[in-house]
Amino acid sequence: MIRARGVEKRYGRRRVLTGIDLSVPEGGFALVTGPNGSGKTTLLRILAGLATPTRGLCALGVDRSRVGYLGHEPLVYRELTAVENLELYGRLYRIPERRERIGMLLERFDLWEARNELVATYSQGMAQRLAICRALLHDPDVLVLDEPHASLDDAGATLLERELAALAGARTLVVATHEPERLERFATGRLALA
Amino acid sequence: MTYLADVAALTRKDLKVELRARDTLPAMLLFVLSTLVVFHFALPEDSSETAAYGLLWVAIIFTALLGLSRAWVPEHEHGVLDGLVLAPCDRSAIWLGKALATLAFLLAAQAAALPAFVLFFAPLDATALVGVLLADIGICAVGSLMAAMAAAGRSREVLLPLLVLPLAIPLIVGGVGSAISADAERFVLFLGLYDGVFAVLSWASFEYVVTE
Repeated sequence: MIRARGVEKRYGRRRVLTGIDLSVPEGGFALVTGPNGSGKTTLLRILAGLATPTRGLCALGVDRSRVGYLGHEPLVYRELTAVENLELYGRLYRIPERRERIGMLLERFDLWEARNELVATYSQGMAQRLAICRALLHDPDVLVLDEPHASLDDAGATLLERELAALAGARTLVVATHEPERLERFATGRLALA
Repeated sequence: MTYLADVAALTRKDLKVELRARDTLPAMLLFVLSTLVVFHFALPEDSSETAAYGLLWVAIIFTALLGLSRAWVPEHEHGVLDGLVLAPCDRSAIWLGKALATLAFLLAAQAAALPAFVLFFAPLDATALVGVLLADIGICAVGSLMAAMAAAGRSREVLLPLLVLPLAIPLIVGGVGSAISADAERFVLFLGLYDGVFAVLSWASFEYVVTE
């Protein structure tokens, strides 16, 4: 499903990634680990289609509409409510019965009560949970998650891990994390960046 | 139809964000009105109406620049542009939605500025108003593309005028011509042609601006 061969990324003279090979079969769960600055985010942006490698090949095997991406930023508008943000994405992703899907995700991630509040009033943890809802909204085949535990408290982390447990095996996942011990039980492969 | 529905959703979102944040429109209104007041006192009493029309275009262009400099800020604040780029909609819809929202803000600012201009300086006939509308469309079409390019860099406030002002010179020529020339219709046609050509160019090239 996901195949990267000899991926290299440079920003000017600075080489961020060198000769990265990654293969994740359909239904696989790959953990990407490494210290700050090792290129985890860059690799995940390449996998999601947000950046192109300077050298090498990267193939996802699905259309970009089937990829769910969670980045360092929540990718939602601060001046819109949770429902308005998800409605906008739902329309752009052409999701049928999107209201039901939005309601279900907001309830699952404990944001239903705050659904009509502006994102600007959310805590970082709530914004992260909303970002996870956004990434899952179109029920993607491939999920690319960059440090999904960031800003989550214990309750939020439990909700996330429950969701990942349901997705593991049914969807293809690539997750970059500083806490691999929390996700190791789902992983089918691991890439350690230096 | 789906494309137009995407554009409408994106434009509506921009209007909603602005109605709540009130970051752009009040600044544009204040700027254009205070600029006209300054020009009113700066221009000698015996100066010609032709000079006043020129000053109107200075005010319009810099008001538009003010709006354009804020146009992509909400998308860059939380990385939303990445989310929009990943969506399966045609990426040019993102540009068109932004250009239409910016046009709405510019027209709203001009709804106050043009009566003030008539009050302080000189009348505006129907041809001049059509010229203003066509120039607005051109500024917003080209400006939204250039603002997206500038917003990706660190010094967008410096870069944006450098990118937009050279491209806006034909619009200023057409706009002033539509207000003062004896052959004003020719300038209106020129503005229409500019809008058509540059709107198509901006529409076609937006994808390359937002993807690496």
